[in-house]
Amino acid sequence: MTRKVYTKEEWNSAVTRLAENQRVFAPVKEEKYTAFKPVNGRNNFDFDTLKTRMSPKQVVFPQSERMFEFSMNPKDENSGVLQESPKGHEAQVVFGLRPCDAMSFELVRPNFDNAEYRDPWWTDRYETTTFVGMGCNQPRQTCFCTSVGSGPFSEKGLDAIACDLGESILLKAVTEKGEELLKALEGGKDATDEDVKAAEHLAQAAEKGVSSAVETDGLKDVAEKALFEAEFWKDTFDGCINCGACTYACPTCWCFDIQDETYKDEGLRMRNWDSCMFPLFTKHGMGHNPRGEKYQRVRQRFMHKFKYYIEKYDGGPLCVGCGRCVDVCPANIDIREAVGLMNQFSKQGS
Amino acid sequence: MQQYTETIREIAKKLLESGEVEAFIGYRKGSVPMTHRPVVIRKAEEVETLVWDSHCALNLANYVRDQKGKIAVLATGCNSRNLVMHVKEHQVERENLHIVGIPCTGMVDHRAIKKAIGDRDILEVREEADGETIVVEGKDFEERFKKSDVLQRNCKTCKHPNPVMYDELVGELLPEPENVGPCEAVEEVEKMEPEERWTHFESMFSDCIRCYACRNACPLCYCPTCFVDENRPQWVGKSIDKSDTLTFHFLRAFHMAGRCTDCGACERVCPVDIPLKYLTNKLNKEALAIYGYEAGMDPDSKPLLDKYKMTDLNDFIR
Repeated sequence: MTRKVYTKEEWNSAVTRLAENQRVFAPVKEEKYTAFKPVNGRNNFDFDTLKTRMSPKQVVFPQSERMFEFSMNPKDENSGVLQESPKGHEAQVVFGLRPCDAMSFELVRPNFDNAEYRDPWWTDRYETTTFVGMGCNQPRQTCFCTSVGSGPFSEKGLDAIACDLGESILLKAVTEKGEELLKALEGGKDATDEDVKAAEHLAQAAEKGVSSAVETDGLKDVAEKALFEAEFWKDTFDGCINCGACTYACPTCWCFDIQDETYKDEGLRMRNWDSCMFPLFTKHGMGHNPRGEKYQRVRQRFMHKFKYYIEKYDGGPLCVGCGRCVDVCPANIDIREAVGLMNQFSKQGS
Repeated sequence: MQQYTETIREIAKKLLESGEVEAFIGYRKGSVPMTHRPVVIRKAEEVETLVWDSHCALNLANYVRDQKGKIAVLATGCNSRNLVMHVKEHQVERENLHIVGIPCTGMVDHRAIKKAIGDRDILEVREEADGETIVVEGKDFEERFKKSDVLQRNCKTCKHPNPVMYDELVGELLPEPENVGPCEAVEEVEKMEPEERWTHFESMFSDCIRCYACRNACPLCYCPTCFVDENRPQWVGKSIDKSDTLTFHFLRAFHMAGRCTDCGACERVCPVDIPLKYLTNKLNKEALAIYGYEAGMDPDSKPLLDKYKMTDLNDFIR
């Protein structure tokens, strides 16, 4: 595994130079907050802000994505036939992913790419992306990554991982793709044993710095129906306003809705993020809504992440512990409290 | 504020124990700083979880419509005006409400605090007993702010801190502020040429993710099916195309004309920091200038858009 060290200037310049020849995303400081944006040589990187407000899922799964186009002009030879929109899935690199966010792509993958079907939009973009992480030296009070299989320096889902040593950046290849990236990056020199030790020291301290935790050990074995019918769902989360902020900020919320839009003779079929918090999400054509009540929608979100996913894919949970849903929730619906109640119920039946 | 908290708990206990109300709507201390959770308490033994301080900024009028029977609800000036609107618009019966009025000293703008603290992890935000100092604490820092400097924008220009309709009060009524300045942000936009204004709005809403937190936090947004959720016909597209996003925000704002109490909930809850108040502030300004109307101030008057006067400025309606 190649390890290289870059001064901060070298690092910024290497990322900028790489972006001259291919699409590169990085956390960029904008007027209001830091977000993952395409690097264009004019924007300011921000590898310091620990958590971007929104997750980086949009680099693989954009909020709105054009899938097909069609003509409704009867004179057109392809009238009424869906034509696949150009995908533009050329190779891209994402820098500055936090390890929790990187793991989210692995958790989400079985939904788009499995034995039964392969979603070409998500999967092609996932496969052509190189994921370059940045370890978290100072986790936050809403970070609980270590309880859900990730960690401040976890390498899951990453092709390379960087560590901020203060004056410099240590970059380590994790996969073949990562090795290729290190070759393509300009500058840097081979890391010394001291650099590696410094990074290990930071990683150990960071691991201890994760102060928040959830317990999930009872969730796999509890009967789904019993947990579904647990009393606590009904009134614990009365405060929820049923907006989609949690689901849209979440790196693992993958739900989308497919819509056709037409103008004159032309139309397109697109998919847009959707949210299980919205009543319309499950409303049937005939008017019935199986999740007509607010508590049913709140329950769905937590059950999907911490029960259904675990059962369906024998893995998970479908949460990376980034705590963004807690950070953005206007009503302080805290996923850690929900999981605590679920796990407690699972183990004690109350 | 500790005094308020204790009084609120006493009142809630009395109301629930006597069976006078089915439920009490207030706030529980949040698990993260500056965000408390609205709660509906049904048992007297749960009143100890209730809190009051400068982070109780979701509008509780938004929670009364879902309840059955008589309920008690905390209400600041703006929240009480929303309850007035609810009664006027037949969303709730006055006799089913027991309003616990709170003379309000304003809510802290969590963004202002976060901006000042930068990327450091805020662990606790508390108020000094003087009620004028906000203390922000982290692992290796403590910073103090004057509350008046870090108030939400709507609280900075609030003219009605006292509840306008209540059954009992927590604390003494406050003096009504005089000489409250105009909403400067609105005046700036008014000065713009149409093209510049359009560019301004486009940029203002460019980060919108269509999560509808603004709509769902607003007590006025109670339509059984919002126009953006209609699909036969579908009035608005679902993507983040700017025409759809702007349609949503502008149309939502127009539905607030003569109804908005400037509680600031829409703006507070936005996960991407859109200054939504620009739009409703403009409408409030027009309602006041043209009709001398402020939403929710008078329980006995008709809603603004139900009124008709022969002196209306517009010819078409006379």
